[in-house]
Amino acid sequence: MSTTTYETVIGLEIHVQLKTATKMFCGCELTFGEPPNTRVCPVCLALPGALPVGNAEAIHLGIMIGHALGCEIAPRMKFDRKQYFYPDSPKGYQISQFDEPLCAGGEIGGVRINRVHLEEDAAKTIHAGASGRIHGSEASVVDFNRGGTPLAEIVTEPDIHSAEQAGEFLRLLRTTLRVLGVSDVNMEEGSLRCDANISIRPAGTTELGTKTELKNMNSFRYIERGIRAEVARQTALLDAGERIVQETLHFDPRTERLTSMRSKEEAQDYRYFPEPDLVPVPVDAAMLDRARAAMPELPAARQARFEADLSLHPDTAKLLAWRSELGDWFEAALAASPDGVSPQTAGPLANWTTNELLTRLGGDVDPATSKVTPAAMAQLVALVTARTVTAGAGKEVLDTLIAEGGDPAQIVEAKGLGAVGGEDTLAPIVAEALAANPDIAERLRGGDMKPMGVIIGHVMKATKGRADGGEVTKLVRAQLGV
Amino acid sequence: MIDRTQVLHVARLARLQLTDDEVERMSTELSSILDHIETISELDLSDVAPTAHVVASEGALRADAPRASLDHDVALAQAPDPADDGFRVPSPQA
Amino acid sequence: MTNLTNLTDLTAKAAVDAIAAGDLDAAELFTAYREAAAAEDLNAYTWVADQTPDLSAAAALPLRGVPLAVKDLFCTQGVPSQAGSKILEGYRPPYDATVVAQLAAAGTSLLGKTNQDEFAMGSSNENSAYGPVKNPWDHTRVPGGSSGGSAAAVAAGLAPWALGTDTGGSIRQPAALCGIVGLKPTYGSVSRYGMIAFASSLDQAGPFARDVTDAALLYSHMHGRDPRDATSVGRPDADAIALPTGERLDGLRLGVPDDLTGEGVEPGVWTAFEAALETAKGLGATVERVALPHAGYGLNAYYVIAPAEASSNLARFDGVRYGARAEADDLITMYTKTRHDYMGTEVKRRILIGTYALSSGFYDAYYASAQKVRTLIARDFTTAFAGVDLIVTPTSPGVAFPLGAKTEDPLSMYLNDIFTIPISLAGIPALSLPCGLSEGLPVGLQLAGPAFSENRILEAAYALEQAFAFDNTPSAIGGAPS
Ligand SMILES: [Mg+2]
Ligand SMILES: [Zn+2]
Repeated sequence: MSTTTYETVIGLEIHVQLKTATKMFCGCELTFGEPPNTRVCPVCLALPGALPVGNAEAIHLGIMIGHALGCEIAPRMKFDRKQYFYPDSPKGYQISQFDEPLCAGGEIGGVRINRVHLEEDAAKTIHAGASGRIHGSEASVVDFNRGGTPLAEIVTEPDIHSAEQAGEFLRLLRTTLRVLGVSDVNMEEGSLRCDANISIRPAGTTELGTKTELKNMNSFRYIERGIRAEVARQTALLDAGERIVQETLHFDPRTERLTSMRSKEEAQDYRYFPEPDLVPVPVDAAMLDRARAAMPELPAARQARFEADLSLHPDTAKLLAWRSELGDWFEAALAASPDGVSPQTAGPLANWTTNELLTRLGGDVDPATSKVTPAAMAQLVALVTARTVTAGAGKEVLDTLIAEGGDPAQIVEAKGLGAVGGEDTLAPIVAEALAANPDIAERLRGGDMKPMGVIIGHVMKATKGRADGGEVTKLVRAQLGV
Repeated sequence: MIDRTQVLHVARLARLQLTDDEVERMSTELSSILDHIETISELDLSDVAPTAHVVASEGALRADAPRASLDHDVALAQAPDPADDGFRVPSPQA
Repeated sequence: MTNLTNLTDLTAKAAVDAIAAGDLDAAELFTAYREAAAAEDLNAYTWVADQTPDLSAAAALPLRGVPLAVKDLFCTQGVPSQAGSKILEGYRPPYDATVVAQLAAAGTSLLGKTNQDEFAMGSSNENSAYGPVKNPWDHTRVPGGSSGGSAAAVAAGLAPWALGTDTGGSIRQPAALCGIVGLKPTYGSVSRYGMIAFASSLDQAGPFARDVTDAALLYSHMHGRDPRDATSVGRPDADAIALPTGERLDGLRLGVPDDLTGEGVEPGVWTAFEAALETAKGLGATVERVALPHAGYGLNAYYVIAPAEASSNLARFDGVRYGARAEADDLITMYTKTRHDYMGTEVKRRILIGTYALSSGFYDAYYASAQKVRTLIARDFTTAFAGVDLIVTPTSPGVAFPLGAKTEDPLSMYLNDIFTIPISLAGIPALSLPCGLSEGLPVGLQLAGPAFSENRILEAAYALEQAFAFDNTPSAIGGAPS
């Protein structure tokens, strides 16, 4: 049994493929799924004599990320070489940034950002099994199509203290990057990749424990599970009086096992030095302004706007703003609202979207992929608000919209779900209910309103639930003269 | 001075195999070259900024416009061991 | 038309004029050179065109189809480009270096590729995997390096002119040792794209020619900003290269650096140098002493910066995408054996020095310090050029030395470049002009000026050339061709 409680300390390194048309240092087009080695040129194959030239758009996108995370932008764009031999690194070095990252400092979602720098992505190495030519040994085949894709590497401070917090931070970061339009942020396709540096320390102490690095996890769920598994492993080690070894680990989500990736490898010596083929480029006011002008509304600002302008509950506002696709869908519905945009229309619409719709679709589904159009949702909520249908009938309409799509008013009409109301229709039914329950009528007449529900229930039964309780009450009072 | 161990360490970083004779010879030669180089330490460089580039250019960037890539066959034409449309290499772990 | 044996006596400019006037057929000229080059006994060429191309269209271009010899480290599409290394044996690039393409567009025709020290590392051309080049003045002596093949070819009448590259003296020193003109232009004025890199922040392409006019003519078609080379700047607007005409040096202030000349210079070289200064005075120039207090540390800084950059630039020769590969069962052995088996001793030596200088714990003492020394040296030149127009030195402290004389002592070999290296570190232009003989071998005079002062240098060199009236016909004093 553990006697010590530990605090978890996590820092994240996120590699984001930038959405440019061409590679970081050459004009090869960036496309997905082309046959191997068809998007390559002398530069990205590192042929003798070829030289890199920086992609202006990648720097623009890097500055946008810096603006979004509240970073200080460096006065110049300076590249360095990071040397290592590997078949996925054709030059024998990666062009990256060492001592002068494009962006430094900043904060998002309560997590401080250490730096954001630009670099080029590695190529793809595909395991080729045993090779015929090299007797009995394993071989790989290298495809350089992806090699040289522009990357932004975002490094956080060790401000994260749980797997859940890491997951929440990454969701906010991903939404922010998606809203910025700088990346596809697709973890499965590798356009967003995350490494976690994890250590634990006795609660209340400040000195950092030995950290391990969890590499290349390709979904939010795996990241959270991987971190949990690693924290459990480290806790067990310390509790058993053992030491944590600094190493790089791989988490296998199927087996929940952590394996060491490079235990035998010598300590790295990257021999960074200023890239002599690239003269530093000043980051001038025009570049900063251009990036500033291209900035869309970010999730945090959108949440604030939802709260201030639409009086949404903070939780609802956060849910809608941090999932940009949800926020976009909601705002499209709000814009289509027959009753106009106001807190009065926004509140019920937000509740119907986040509660009724999401529950029915499943939490992670983008409503834009469903058969429910934002306009249909707006109409449905307007019908409920106007009491043309009751809330219960409205949910039935929503079920139909999800299953078949269509127009809410037509569904109400076709299925006879319209509210039964108006004195002409309801008064005879109320009279009938009172007549059928003389003792109840007597008590109501005497001012005892408790049994009102019995009359309402009678009327509801007669109208199949389509009457409005308030209207029934009013009619009872009128007919009994109380 | 650079001894055998250092020569071997540096050779490993540079992915360069050396025979025993070469290690011996390099250790002697590199030591005398490095000794010569080290007379730099006579200079007081504390307030001097380093020069990485002598060009007084503003630096150059490229517009994000695609250019033609090499034909697949041309890209692989010089490969020592082409296979499966790519460049085959032995695996890191034999 | 003309007697074939005389055709190769024409300077390039004379050939251009003769073709333009219709007195000479470009194809006939090419054939004369091709036959001479194919039969040469200096080992100056590693590849010679096997037929005479159709030059009818080229004859209308400014350089009229005049043949050009090209140092082997320039990439030439479909033509072997081996950079003097076994690791690139038979390598045929899929593209042309920018300079090669520019000169082809101006009308030169590729005559052959010239031998060189492996990856331009050397001052004697003895570091070529394809064997040493012999000095046309004495076949038992070196032609200088690293562009020894280009220098020897031009000096021996095997090419009207040639392309070389200069990192620490690799154009100027062999030009001096072979009795011809060699120009290292201002760093950045000529594109490096397609030049197999030695040291990126120093490498610069330039012309070898029999006289100053030809050097000016070739350079006038080489310079220009190249969008594929981020370090290229071309020349300041309206500063095109003019063919020199003046025969006087009135008012020209020449500076002789106190701190460079003197010890280590062979007496015969010193005598020729002093005689050259007297000639300059006779033409109206003034000669004064200038201080370059840090130039003496140039060699130290150079032998950190150049190997450091080279260790990185040569990492791409890894046996994966092109070039030679040693077979091995595992990746690391494939790398280390390939690089061991197919790289020469000098290349290994410099890779080791450079790797050491960049490695953890040594970077500040070596690389960072060397870059600071570079600052001081560049500053020295700026200060000196406030008082004088050009700085003059002997190009090399000695005349061509016997083959094998310095191969066992790398440091004494490095000292060959003591006058050329500080200029390379400062990125400024310099030209070597034959100014006399010592021991029957040519002595070079180096003229250096501020950045982009090529016109001034060429003008001064032209006037001196007329006064020296140096006979550049090799007298073959030494051993007969073996
Ligand atoms: Mg990185
Ligand atoms: Zn490319």
